[in-house]
Amino acid sequence: MHIDGNGAAGMFAEALGVDITTAVLTCAGCGDSGPFAQAQVYDQGPGVVARCATCEAVLARLVRTPTDAWLDLRGARSVRLPLGPAAG
Amino acid sequence: MIVSRGFHGRREPAAAELPPGQYLTRDFPVLQAGPTPRIDLDRWKFTISNEVGAEYTWTWREMLALPSERPTVDIHCVTRWSKLATTWQGVSLDTLFSGVETAADYAYVRSYGGYTTNLPLEDLLDGKAWLAYRYDGEDLPGEHGGPARLLVPHLYFWKSAKWVTGIDLRHDDEPGFWETLGYHNYGDPWREQRYTDD
Amino acid sequence: MTEPLVRRRSPWLAARVFAVRSETSVARTIVLDVPGWPGHEAGQHVDVKLTAPDGYSAYRSYSIAAPPSGERIELTVQRVIDGEVSPYLVDELLPTDELEVRGPVGGWFTWRAAETAPVVLVAGGSGIVPLMAMLRERARVGSTAPFTLVYSVRGPADVYYEAELAASDVPVRLLYTRAGTSTRPAGRITAADLPDTTGARVFVCGPTGFVETVADLLLARGQDPASIRTERFGPTGG
Repeated sequence: MHIDGNGAAGMFAEALGVDITTAVLTCAGCGDSGPFAQAQVYDQGPGVVARCATCEAVLARLVRTPTDAWLDLRGARSVRLPLGPAAG
Repeated sequence: MIVSRGFHGRREPAAAELPPGQYLTRDFPVLQAGPTPRIDLDRWKFTISNEVGAEYTWTWREMLALPSERPTVDIHCVTRWSKLATTWQGVSLDTLFSGVETAADYAYVRSYGGYTTNLPLEDLLDGKAWLAYRYDGEDLPGEHGGPARLLVPHLYFWKSAKWVTGIDLRHDDEPGFWETLGYHNYGDPWREQRYTDD
Repeated sequence: MTEPLVRRRSPWLAARVFAVRSETSVARTIVLDVPGWPGHEAGQHVDVKLTAPDGYSAYRSYSIAAPPSGERIELTVQRVIDGEVSPYLVDELLPTDELEVRGPVGGWFTWRAAETAPVVLVAGGSGIVPLMAMLRERARVGSTAPFTLVYSVRGPADVYYEAELAASDVPVRLLYTRAGTSTRPAGRITAADLPDTTGARVFVCGPTGFVETVADLLLARGQDPASIRTERFGPTGG
């Protein structure tokens, strides 16, 4: 009944302009961290809910309305986005 | 607008009138925000807490012993599917609230697994809502909210919380899981109140 | 309501069907021309959106089956019973038809030609699609990185890309869950079906249950979790 973070990537890319699959999220519940690609994603409801693969707590939520994207990242203590090596 | 020749989607012509923007479905889509909770009936509880902290609790057996009803209702999901004439069995919220003392106006609904939703208390009363434990002649399956879910068919179906475990009565309205993330606080399908600004 | 500071272009690109070709009785490869396609990496996917004349739309994710080729991309789609989008794509869609795509999506489940480490690909059903893109990318650039493919399907009639896999220099282990062969009885994937993955990067793709079974088998025999990348398609396999 769940997919993984790869499946939600299109919606997150549209909202944030970044590839979320390579982001490392640290769970505010259990402290485990891992790439968003491995989060348990439930996308069959009114919005997308990504849960920690270790403890199943909600890491992130995303809703797409006709005009906006709503994002809740409180379930992640931190979000680390690889940007590549610094230029110069 | 790019239109794909011959694409119509999974929709059926509706003879009955549906709320705006809805499509008829004959199956019963399973929509959930997390894994189906495994709830032991020996430990299941339903609790109404009022605004001063008094609690009214029913065990599974106590709940089943209450008078029940068999409503037939149309249900409308904010994801646009509607299902007509669905049949349920459950305890009317009027029965559960008959012994509850409260001056509160708002209800905050909580489910096993952490889901929440909110609505005015008056939208749970006067025959508008049930604690439902049977669907289509069988025990309510876990994927559809069993052992028991809230059934409030006059609002979008995200208000009919699956795996319900309690209702907190409050003087102030506290938005729930989807209401805090872009969905309408009330959710009347006939006024198409899907999103916050509608 | 505030106006956005930066007007965003819609992420959806117009796509036109260039060709279709059957892979199995329930799956088909669709070749799309997408003006403005920015390129992609092997393993990435797209979201495909269909719009009905009255404005109703639905979208689903599909893996890209082949390496970049200008503005042309290939998807392989399997018809899901009672699906809303896949039956249209497999049964109705014809060359010159139009739809919209968003992507490429997903940079984590990718293989890049510069990588030289051995790779083991484990596919369940339609999970073969992004792994085929990796195999084809390897062939396109002439990489000599050692690749092995383990591909689990119900039976011989369910194999995608059969001729191409037979002709490939990559060892392919075909597993049938519902058909026995002279060397293997019918059945789901087991530890004995997995080759040595020591020192290899492992990509696993397919239905959620398949992926979790394979990941558990790998971890149980000591595979470094960091060497395993997974993509789950959901219960129906995409």
